[in-house]
Amino acid sequence: MTRIPISALLGLLFTAAFFLAAILAPWLSPYGMAEVVGDVWEPMSPTHWLGTDSIGRDLLSRMIWGGRVTIFVAVCATLIAFLTGVVLGFLAAVAGGWVDQALSRLVDLMMSIPALIFALVILSVMPTTLPILIMVMGLIESTRVFRLSRAVAIDIEVMDYVEAARLRGEGNLWIITREILPNALSPLVAEAGLRFIFMVLFISTLSFLGLGVQPPLADWGGIVKENKDGIVYGIPAALLPAVAIATLAISVNLVADWILNRTSSLKGGRG
Amino acid sequence: MTDLLEIRNLKIGATSYPPGEPPREVTLVHGLSLTLAKGRVMGLIGESGAGKSTIGLAAMAYGRGGAQITGGEVLLNGIDILQSGPAGLRALRGKRVTYVAQSAAAAFNPSRRLMHQVIETTLAAGVPLAEAEARAVALFRKLGLPNPETIGRRYPHQVSGGQLQRVMTAMALCPGPELVVFDEPTTALDVTTQIDVLAAIKEAIRDTGVAALYITHDLAVVAQVADEIMVLRNGRMVECGETSQIIHSPREAYTSDLVSVRQKDHPAKPPGTTALLSIRGVTARYPGVPVDVLKGITLDLAPGQTLAVVGESGSGKSTLARAITGLLPPSQGEIFFDGRALPPKLAGRSPDDLRELQMIYQMADTAMNPRQTVGTIIGRPLQFYFGLRGAEKRKRILELLEEIELGAGFADRYPAELSGGQKQRVCIARALAAKPRLILCDEVTSALDPLVADGILKLLLDLQREEGVAYLFITHDLATVRAIADQIAVMYRGKVVRSGPKAEVLAPPFDDYTDLLLSSAPEMRQGWLEEVIAHRKMAAGGN
Repeated sequence: MTRIPISALLGLLFTAAFFLAAILAPWLSPYGMAEVVGDVWEPMSPTHWLGTDSIGRDLLSRMIWGGRVTIFVAVCATLIAFLTGVVLGFLAAVAGGWVDQALSRLVDLMMSIPALIFALVILSVMPTTLPILIMVMGLIESTRVFRLSRAVAIDIEVMDYVEAARLRGEGNLWIITREILPNALSPLVAEAGLRFIFMVLFISTLSFLGLGVQPPLADWGGIVKENKDGIVYGIPAALLPAVAIATLAISVNLVADWILNRTSSLKGGRG
Repeated sequence: MTDLLEIRNLKIGATSYPPGEPPREVTLVHGLSLTLAKGRVMGLIGESGAGKSTIGLAAMAYGRGGAQITGGEVLLNGIDILQSGPAGLRALRGKRVTYVAQSAAAAFNPSRRLMHQVIETTLAAGVPLAEAEARAVALFRKLGLPNPETIGRRYPHQVSGGQLQRVMTAMALCPGPELVVFDEPTTALDVTTQIDVLAAIKEAIRDTGVAALYITHDLAVVAQVADEIMVLRNGRMVECGETSQIIHSPREAYTSDLVSVRQKDHPAKPPGTTALLSIRGVTARYPGVPVDVLKGITLDLAPGQTLAVVGESGSGKSTLARAITGLLPPSQGEIFFDGRALPPKLAGRSPDDLRELQMIYQMADTAMNPRQTVGTIIGRPLQFYFGLRGAEKRKRILELLEEIELGAGFADRYPAELSGGQKQRVCIARALAAKPRLILCDEVTSALDPLVADGILKLLLDLQREEGVAYLFITHDLATVRAIADQIAVMYRGKVVRSGPKAEVLAPPFDDYTDLLLSSAPEMRQGWLEEVIAHRKMAAGGN
């Protein structure tokens, strides 16, 4: 194995810490998520490490629970984006012809509408529950994944080994899962890391605008929204979730970058 | 005579990154020495990996793709250029020592006019524009390029491959260098084009009195241009001597292998009475291109025989293979296999049709899925066509590996862990696994070194004897044709211009194209090039 560079190690460490905190939230957080335990915007103290929020809830507990919501939504939406994007992208590449045309033009159409506005419009007419939120985010982002996986698959589809499989009489299912997928995996894995980050930013933006996760549940974007008025009085409660979003984004990016570097050399060694 | 170039104890190393293993240092050239006098041409010859290009570039103090010169001296006119520093090297490269690359199409900037690129280094050397252009035009004329006055105004895509290679030679000669490094300048060209380029290069070298290193893997080519030849293997010198000595009385066994490798002749089988494959009036074109690539092809192939389809690039021979396999359904004509008409489209063919007709590709690298082991690659047709599983499948895989002369240990390797020849053998095994009656071989030996290619041809002949499989063998190389064919079809611009048993096709009287093709294939003797050129000039004058 090649040695892990220090930047990737740092990224792995922080990513792992965030995910662990999200999974272990019920045991880690000192107070309940919606429990009012103190005054409004108390400063940091031994009882409330990060202080309290706009209505006196423990900020550390809310950050941990909020991270859980943020990461859960982002992971689920990324999975949906990849499932639909990769399947349809590969299908378009392998089938070609009118299937490819129809899918690609539909994706063009969807991508021509700015993602955030598209999401806002849909969410303003639909009930904003978590499943719907995840579906909307996943489907909008799947257009980006579709483009990437179609491009990657088209490059692989013209290789002689795929032609050899066709001449053998293999069906599309075999060609997609056995010939194309294993060779497309490395760019897709790296893309997954980046997509996950976009999802985190996406859900945070939606929540900040009030169309994302609904109270009493909160994610980091929601916590920023609730505490944004405090900034005027010099209260850092709104900045902490912002820092968390930035840290998570950078650390996942570092890991994705490393994966991309490591795997791109396998594709013929051109680096 | 003074020595222009002297290389002393040159060592070149690089870091290799084998998949799944820690990087390690490898030595590419192990302490090589050579001397080259002014105005002489030395041929560097060897198989891939012999270090010939690496040594050629070292004459410019350059290491490509991570190769580093780790020791020794490269003296140009007695001065060690390895010590001359970046500024010294800039003054040297492209001016006193120049380079001609293998693929001219990849070496030219597609968005700048030829003249601009040809005189670039000449201008950098301080020659005035008008004089540089005059020099370039003179070189274009000497190299036999059409319209020497105006060809410089064209873009690279507006001239043919052979012409582009000559323009690059002009580029190398324009600054008036002392040494030119030719790195396989004719390898990517058709034989009929190669001969013109070769003659032009030879004449230009002679007239300008420049010294040259001529790198190639083809001994017959280098015998035409070089005064002396150095044979290389694995970064070491095998032998070095005058051209006539190397080709007539080689001292080392490896050299005599190289000399004799292209001179095998396979006794043709008598023509068969029944036809396994018969192609009747097949015409085909690619969708969206209003030109017929195949024009009324009619051919027959008897069971257990080899039909060689010969032609230069663009003659439609690979398209013929696509039409037979069903990847490109013909617009007219029919293809019969074993007496029954094959459905034109791949989708319409039965599993048995597919099984009996297998294909082997030119580039074994891209013909195998890099994420599958050799066992999976060979095992899939066994499972797909015969439903073999588990131990039974494993047993058959090992049998097949035995047949292609690789051991059982190869079953769990990945393609990246195989050499070029081994990869091609695995592809042969994959085709054989289907128990086919016909295998289409598309330039299967073109990407391989001569000795390795020889092994593959021998294997194919052995397998034909044992399994009775027929081959449709597509190639541009006449030496390969002689070594394997029973029947020959010569293709030119989408038509079969000549076909029949090998002895008949290769014996006079010839039609014009076959004559051109046969006389263009380099022969392993000095003076062959001059003879052919003189003969052609006479023939042209007589008309």
